[in-house]
Amino acid sequence: MGKVAEIPVIWLQGATCTGCSMSVLNSIRPSIANLLLEELFPGKHINLRFHMTLMAGSGEIVLEILRETKESFPNGYLLVIEGAIPTACEGLFCTVGEKDGKPTPFMELTKELTNNAIAVIALGTCASFGGIPSGRPNPTGAMSVVEFMHSNGINKPFVRVPGCPPHPDWFVGTCAHIVLFGLPKPDEVDELGRLKLFYGKLIHDNCPRRGYFDTGRMAHKLSDEGCLYEVGCKGYVTFSDCPYRKWNGGINWCIDNGHPCIGCCEPGFPDVMSPIYERFFEERLPKLKLDEATGRLILVTGQD
Amino acid sequence: MQKIVIDPMTRIEGHMKVEVTLDNTGTVVEARSSGLLYRGVELILRGRDPRDAARITQRVCGVCPVPHGTASALCLDSAFGISNKIPKNGVILRNIILASEYVHNHILHFYHLCSLDYADIVRAVSYTENDFEPLRQFASRGELAPFMPRYEGDYRLNDDDNKALVLHYIQALEMRRKAHDMLALFGGRTPIQAGIVAGGVTSQPTTDKVLSFYWRARELYDFIANAYLPDVLRVAKAYSDYFGIGAGCGNFITFGFFDLDGDEPDYAKRKRLLKQGTTDRSLKYEALDLSQISEVVRHSWYDDDGTPNPKKESAYSFIKAPRYNGITHEVGPLARLLVNYASGNEEIRKELEILMGELSIGVDSMLSVMGRHIARAIEAKVIAKALCDWVLKLNPDEPTFVPYELPSHAEGIGAIDAPRGCLMHSVRIENGVIANYSIISPTTWNGSPMDDNGQRGPIEEALVGTKVSDPENPKEIARIVRSFDPCIACAVHVTNLRGMLIREVRIFA
Repeated sequence: MGKVAEIPVIWLQGATCTGCSMSVLNSIRPSIANLLLEELFPGKHINLRFHMTLMAGSGEIVLEILRETKESFPNGYLLVIEGAIPTACEGLFCTVGEKDGKPTPFMELTKELTNNAIAVIALGTCASFGGIPSGRPNPTGAMSVVEFMHSNGINKPFVRVPGCPPHPDWFVGTCAHIVLFGLPKPDEVDELGRLKLFYGKLIHDNCPRRGYFDTGRMAHKLSDEGCLYEVGCKGYVTFSDCPYRKWNGGINWCIDNGHPCIGCCEPGFPDVMSPIYERFFEERLPKLKLDEATGRLILVTGQD
Repeated sequence: MQKIVIDPMTRIEGHMKVEVTLDNTGTVVEARSSGLLYRGVELILRGRDPRDAARITQRVCGVCPVPHGTASALCLDSAFGISNKIPKNGVILRNIILASEYVHNHILHFYHLCSLDYADIVRAVSYTENDFEPLRQFASRGELAPFMPRYEGDYRLNDDDNKALVLHYIQALEMRRKAHDMLALFGGRTPIQAGIVAGGVTSQPTTDKVLSFYWRARELYDFIANAYLPDVLRVAKAYSDYFGIGAGCGNFITFGFFDLDGDEPDYAKRKRLLKQGTTDRSLKYEALDLSQISEVVRHSWYDDDGTPNPKKESAYSFIKAPRYNGITHEVGPLARLLVNYASGNEEIRKELEILMGELSIGVDSMLSVMGRHIARAIEAKVIAKALCDWVLKLNPDEPTFVPYELPSHAEGIGAIDAPRGCLMHSVRIENGVIANYSIISPTTWNGSPMDDNGQRGPIEEALVGTKVSDPENPKEIARIVRSFDPCIACAVHVTNLRGMLIREVRIFA
């Protein structure tokens, strides 16, 4: 047996509901047991060093892991951020651990750990775009980790894996891509930094109810057969492979269940996508602008 | 006097700190539990289309989103005047989707959130049986994260029991995933389902789905009956001293759930598989009166008008302090079990008496760390069995959803029990949008700080009096806290019921 490369992963949870973690636990091939115990590919082991919902330890001994990881892995680690970063009120709306008897704001922890990271995986819509906690009136000044890094002058490669929650395959697949081929090349991601492999196609283009749309058979109330456009479906502005990947072992997904797509993978969820059960108008789509410094398209926040 | 601070408290949902003060015998004399994340979901709901609440509130908690979706749908039904008009299929499907979530949550809680406090996964890497080969391989790489580091000492299961627990820890990763798959059959997907809405459920029961669901429920029932419940007994026998640790406040409340009919508009009176009500150490059953619920904030990071204020001096938590009749009450599986035992629920009595006989304990011992684990396992079995029955009552030819008119002004309330306990959603609609939305979640009850009268919250009360054998490795504290299955994302909310005027909401008239 050759030497196994340990790929250290630190997984932090900020302003989150833990739904992203619960979703990733649903990974089937590989299963989560495969992921934790075995090599993702021969010679490559994902070493999950810090995850608040799964790890055995608590308190000071687990905070020590964060310090220890920085020292033992001088080449860095993959940093997974689940949840938004609350920045109002000195970051006191979310704290993890204490230093000298004072709570450590999650935003300070994020700053500290992004510095040594090889790359940041923004897991879920909150970490990717702000998500639910940043919904108007954004009571805690919550922002995506990408926006947070930009506003703090931290320049690290990142990949967005949005979805509220994200499909387990999107996250595990993104990790596998990094392990096998390195960080995604520019042509492998869309303008928002999402792997095209998972987020490259419009739901509407692959929807099993597309035939109803084309022939004008519209559902006028929930539970009707027909295209769900009139009852609020956001599938024609949402990019993901839900229609053919489907969820939970491929047995179902929102639209097959008679429920309109709510656009949970897109920037501006939830504000741009509500009211959820009313027809969508394209003027509500969020605006993007080119960031001169980085050449990246970024989301314009605080728009009308 | 010595202080122990556990922050972060892991293997729970969310951001929690537990702080205890020990006297010179090592006994806890004071305890504080704190919720450390505030998002303001209720403020975010204001001004939105009321129907959106059933989607957005699920994002309160990604571990147990379905209860929020269900409570929200019931709350909207009552505001829309259709709480007794949901089609029978819709009532059953809501039960089925939520009960699948219960099964998922209880398996996750015992194995993945708690069992590492009892089972010794590090010792398991030395076992020679084939089943342990993946673990041996794992250990041979020299990295034991995320199973190390941990609090050391007191892993006292014998090897046979330890083997069962460790193998089932791994198997349960798959079983909890299968409970999620089952949920998605009628919930669309999960976590955060897309099925339960105001007016009923969007999905249609079809024969293929009924068949598939039935056999999935059977598989989970078998796992619960043949692995989960026996594993809880293994732990309970080896750690029998934990029947005397973590008793808590001794007052219990449940809103009950799994509607057995949808005809009664008042959720506090509705006929439910697990009955709503209250009890205490005397085990005398009392009917539920929702108007007796109040909330206070002296020790919570909010000003009196509800504005969040993390710098408030007298406060130590984002969680508020709800009380019933002004008194601290525990919620969750143990509360449901004892209230239903007290009210004469035959199935619960039978299951509990068998287990108490096997463990040679009385009902008093159930007020404890182990009692909570046993209550949860019994409930998982009862619910998995009910799932197998309910799915066969679906009728593919009948509707699952009833249309309604959106009112411009209305108030509504939804009250159910989530896996972790009492969950109440209430809404006030003005000019067709949400003017106020309030959520009181299970861990708001269990994880609450001290109230204005100096009464501790249930978790705090359960900690006080506990002897900590090794302050460097405060296992007793972690085991007590985890027995409540805290969920901090759920627990934190800002708006309150003052001004919601529960008594004036139509369904309670």
